[in-house]
Amino acid sequence: MTSSRLSHLKRLEAESIHIIREVAAEFRNPVMLYSIGKDSGVMLHLAVKAFYPSKPPFPLMHVDTTWKFKEMIKFRDETVKRLGLELIVYTNQDGVKRGINPFASGSSLHTQVMKTEALKQALDKYGFDAAFGGARRDEEKSRAKERVFSFRNAQHAWDPKSQRPELWRTYNTRVNKGESIRVFPLSNWTELDIWQYTMMEQLPIVPLYFAAKRPIVMRDGAMIMVDDERMPLRDGETPEMKMVRFRTLGCYPLTGAVESSAVTLEEIVAEMFTARTSERQGRVIDHDENASMEKKKKEGYF
Amino acid sequence: MTAPQIDLKAYLAEQENKSFLRFLTCGSVDDGKSTLIGRLLYDSKMLFEDHLSALEKDSKKFGTDGDNIDFALLVDGLEAEREQGITIDVAYRFFATDKRKFIVADTPGHEQYTRNMATGASNSDLAVVLIDARKGVLTQSKRHSYIASLLGIRHVVLAVNKIDLVGFSEEIFDDIVKDYLSFAQQLGFKTLLSIPISARYGDNVIARSPRMPWYDGPALLDHLNTVDVDTAVAGKPFRMPVQWVNRPNLDFRGFSGTISAGHVKPGDAVVVAASGRTTKVTRIVTMDGELDDAVAGEAVTICLADEVDISRGDVLAPASARPEVSDQFSAHILWMAEEEMLPGRQYLLKVGAKTVPATVTELKHKDDVNTFEHLAGKTLALNEVGYGNVSLSMPIAFDPYAENRDTGGFILIDRFTNGTVAAGMIDFGLRRATNVHWQALDVNKNARAGLKTQKPAVLWFTGLSGSGKSTIANLVEKALFADGRHTYILDGDNVRHGLNRDLGFTDADRVENIRRVGETSKLFVDAGLIVLVSFISPFRSERRMARELVGAAEFIEIFVDTPIEVCMQRDPKGLYEKARAGEIKNFTGISSPYEEPEHAEITVKTQGRTADACAAEIVAYLRGQGFVP
Repeated sequence: MTSSRLSHLKRLEAESIHIIREVAAEFRNPVMLYSIGKDSGVMLHLAVKAFYPSKPPFPLMHVDTTWKFKEMIKFRDETVKRLGLELIVYTNQDGVKRGINPFASGSSLHTQVMKTEALKQALDKYGFDAAFGGARRDEEKSRAKERVFSFRNAQHAWDPKSQRPELWRTYNTRVNKGESIRVFPLSNWTELDIWQYTMMEQLPIVPLYFAAKRPIVMRDGAMIMVDDERMPLRDGETPEMKMVRFRTLGCYPLTGAVESSAVTLEEIVAEMFTARTSERQGRVIDHDENASMEKKKKEGYF
Repeated sequence: MTAPQIDLKAYLAEQENKSFLRFLTCGSVDDGKSTLIGRLLYDSKMLFEDHLSALEKDSKKFGTDGDNIDFALLVDGLEAEREQGITIDVAYRFFATDKRKFIVADTPGHEQYTRNMATGASNSDLAVVLIDARKGVLTQSKRHSYIASLLGIRHVVLAVNKIDLVGFSEEIFDDIVKDYLSFAQQLGFKTLLSIPISARYGDNVIARSPRMPWYDGPALLDHLNTVDVDTAVAGKPFRMPVQWVNRPNLDFRGFSGTISAGHVKPGDAVVVAASGRTTKVTRIVTMDGELDDAVAGEAVTICLADEVDISRGDVLAPASARPEVSDQFSAHILWMAEEEMLPGRQYLLKVGAKTVPATVTELKHKDDVNTFEHLAGKTLALNEVGYGNVSLSMPIAFDPYAENRDTGGFILIDRFTNGTVAAGMIDFGLRRATNVHWQALDVNKNARAGLKTQKPAVLWFTGLSGSGKSTIANLVEKALFADGRHTYILDGDNVRHGLNRDLGFTDADRVENIRRVGETSKLFVDAGLIVLVSFISPFRSERRMARELVGAAEFIEIFVDTPIEVCMQRDPKGLYEKARAGEIKNFTGISSPYEEPEHAEITVKTQGRTADACAAEIVAYLRGQGFVP
């Protein structure tokens, strides 16, 4: 239960560590999904803390759509090297062969094939029975409904209408062969908590979170950064250098930037207090259709 | 965006030091729980613009409030919920005021989703019970208040909602409060504040409403901001369930876990509760440095002075204030599964970090959630609450739930579906002497099975005549026997000719036939044997009866799935031909139905496969489930 002596962030930290340890102790073959973003960064840091002085007893996995920002991949490789952890990088090769990409295929198909299908393939290939994700309940309304230990059937599907009851911090970790659990240690963190914690612990983050002059084109109301030559420019589009940063990171063609002058963590946090839109607003994939996140999650998305 | 001019450091320090409250909203369907939370989020300016515009769009599409904003759509996040305008599962939302941070669990009002309400209540310190002023106190208001109390919630707000729809009537409010208090007095709440509100219009939610001058108490948010719910776990005896043994190298051995109560410091004498071994804390390790003192809520790694045998699930405690250690206790049980709780059936019980096989040996009574009276009953159905004795396969350390939610609250897990079927709150431990029959038989089923190094079970083969049941059962028995397992086959031939010679084929005789075979298998299972039963057993209810007789944990239903055309082609005894000629009455598959199993543990499809392959599949299952090594 709650203790008045622990500060807010320390309480969240302890709760997450408890969850992470529970997974390591009870599952046969867990994996931590590492998406390189700020939430993943906090989750990874908590995992390192949870087992200190041992190393986390599970590998990290990055499902690479091949459309991530270049700086993300660089940061990923540096992080893994610095911490001395095992990293599995998985890409849906079938999707690559079919030439699936966010421009020609559309965000919906791209996400389905290169993220959801890829994730399912990877989980099956390695036989993972538990997978950590960095999702938070404050992100989106269907996430707000999800358990910390979220059961998936053998087809990786979530059934939001019959979730297992979840009492106290006594988590049911039992699954039959082929079934698995998605585990969300950051369920009770908010975006503000993530930034404050990142600041308190001085965690490194991908430089894209800080404002800098970047080549931007406006597309469908979002500021898209031209990260490499694969982005086909439409008639009349000329990349323009703008002072921008990103509140969330994903595939660069699907991630909108915000204009900003925040170049330190402190300035990012200060900016948050005046933010009038949520961080997911910059994500193209969430706007595809009503209840789009729930639909994707039922299909196996994180 | 431009960074605003604020004193960030001071602001963050203030954020860090805010107190914290977890609460839930509960009550009957349509009492306005989701609307209230939506209102709290909206009025406390916790909504972003894109959320708001989505809300406005959704309100037009699904809303129940004309063109006005329907706040419930903020929390009813599932598609099915929005379509039906109901809450199915608990939603967690976050908001903060100048004084506090809040996590609120919006729980469903329908009785069928009571388990989701319990999920939300288990981590809350306060419950806001909503009541529709037009309807007054309903069964669900009572049920939720009762469950909140059962789960240890000691602070309640009675929010009489939709007060605008009864003309802001003080009289109606007073009547409802009186009605509520008349039963809530028995529930042990420490604080109980009644507030008349209108969640839709915000009256008395954030600020006092001018429309109810007769109400002189605080607005809801003021109360939530100030109510003292300190659970004081820090003042209780130290407890730490060991989650994980930390051994990076030969020089370091630590025990990782979350301190669930009290505090601990280096030099403290601690005991490993179940074994009674004592030792001293030498270091409290975290990545941020070693601690001089660690308190309830902290996740730490403790190093001890002696090489004491400790593994996951053990509880560290002060030698002077130990938890109880027993293999039996009495507890309140909230049943949360469709399939009813049966005394004697084996479940897995998880308390803290410990998981052990357990059975409810005796249900003392059920609780009527309406009157709180004790009712007689042997089983518990979905959403029922009972009080009874729980027996474990080994002694474990625990505390009464009232003392410690971590070491006193447990879940029961179905061994086959792995579903969480019950939440339990331990009342007190039972001494061995008080329940002699559990210990009296030294040579029991476990001992007998242990001698044979196997787990006894009934393999119940069901399927059409000619489907291959007996052939496969024989092959399975041969394989097990060759492995040194102890088995026995019961089939129509060796039972109908002797034990059941007096039975015919009427419905009553069929049931009696299965009952006898079930009872016989049960005795053989008690003897530690693996019993193979090969019976057409066409009816689900009969097979279910056998399952219940034997106990689900030891009953493996095997559906030998062969299409009837194939069976007729095989027709090893020429029975189908006779049946089709009308010479045999009530022949399964021809003139009498065969009800296929819906939840067989194993379904063996025989078509196009050898009987050996089918038998091997069954043996592999037994290995996988640990029945045979």
